Amino acid sequence: MNVTIVDYQSGNISSVINSFTEVAEGEVSLEVTSDIQKIKSSDKIVLPGQGSFKSCVDSLNKISGLVDTLKDFAITNKKPLLGICVGLQMFADVGYEEAETKGLGWIPGKVSRIDNQKGKFKLPHIGWNEIEIQKDSKIFKDIKNKSHMYFVHSYEFIPEDKSVISATTDYSSKIVCSIEKDNLFGTQFHPEKSDKIGLKMIDNFLKL
Amino acid sequence: MLKNRIIPCLDVKDGRVVKGINFVELKDAGDPVEQAKIYSDGGADEICFLDITASNENRETIIEIVRKTAKECFVPLTVGGGVRTIQNITDLLLAGADKVSINTAAVKNVDFVKEASKKFGSQCIVVAIDAKKVSENKWEVFTYGGRNKTGIDAVDFAKKVEENGAGEILLTSMDKDGTKSGYDVDLLKTITNSTNIPVIASGGVGSLDHLYDGIVKGGASAVLAASIFHYGEYKIKDAKEYLNSKNVSVRL
Repeated sequence: MNVTIVDYQSGNISSVINSFTEVAEGEVSLEVTSDIQKIKSSDKIVLPGQGSFKSCVDSLNKISGLVDTLKDFAITNKKPLLGICVGLQMFADVGYEEAETKGLGWIPGKVSRIDNQKGKFKLPHIGWNEIEIQKDSKIFKDIKNKSHMYFVHSYEFIPEDKSVISATTDYSSKIVCSIEKDNLFGTQFHPEKSDKIGLKMIDNFLKL
Repeated sequence: MLKNRIIPCLDVKDGRVVKGINFVELKDAGDPVEQAKIYSDGGADEICFLDITASNENRETIIEIVRKTAKECFVPLTVGGGVRTIQNITDLLLAGADKVSINTAAVKNVDFVKEASKKFGSQCIVVAIDAKKVSENKWEVFTYGGRNKTGIDAVDFAKKVEENGAGEILLTSMDKDGTKSGYDVDLLKTITNSTNIPVIASGGVGSLDHLYDGIVKGGASAVLAASIFHYGEYKIKDAKEYLNSKNVSVRL
């Protein structure tokens, strides 16, 4: 099986590479690339994302043909894709970090700043928080409800169709932290930084 | 609910851990990679390396340590000490650090914080503030590991780094550091009340009660400690169980 971590020159993806390398076994061949041909021939894709929504979208758009290739992969061909942090947020139609920015538009919804109730809650939301599982998701196999995952973000994805939400986390409000829609998976938290449980989730994705 | 974090900090000099520890299971007490792994396996919420190497020539050493640690520890890794340029940050992140902590360079030029957070995202920019009490409810920022007085008010500076995109503040009390008499709770309280980003308490921990004070009385989002863990007095697990018994939420 070929799994590609999309390297689109935005933010720090070393931890994603390290954790997937740790979990990937003999039968999984891991590529870290933005090469369109390699992405097309992959079985699964990981789309990481750090920095702002705008900077990530801009970086994706800078690589000629990348957005269309990802869309073909995930929407037309319905092959498994996991978005992490801003990688998930970009599934939305629009994001409001830095400036109003068009997202990939794969899952209707928006990405806006977490309402921290006038400073009552510190932002970014940094640290370990419990996930509250809302529906069965293939990537949660053998992961208990209320498991701790590591978060670092100030913006949240608000999907229009709530049935895509697979887990939420409790901060200033119930924040969407995981989604599953057909072959599309996304986590707001960082499985690559979430210790053994995070690695288990990565393993679940690789074993899909 | 967001949990309060416990962060063991390892001071590294020329590639070796200073203030070595006495864990029986350690093969090499001075090896930062092995110690980081023990902390990570023991439930540390993050690991912090502080490179206190005096010279600038040895950056490759800390980078190599980060590279090895990041392949074995899957919790966030923060690295500080001598971070002065965008290139320094790039090198550390590529090696596998998740956050970098900037100290003197941020005081010298706060635009550096802005530039770094814009380039890499606020999530990986921690500003380390070393503060010393100068009068009642007044603290001043010091640089170069506490050697240089800057005349800058710590509260003003904390607000300024927040405005410039810092994601977190690592706040060390110079008065308390190394004393084992507890955090400067007044300093913590003042800074956590004046800013809206998470503050990591540092400097002075000698007992588990001090961790409690930092979180509950000082309002810190995370507590950092070095010697109480290094010398094997307490394990990370002891600290978490203690806090949990006092109704402070931690990741168990």
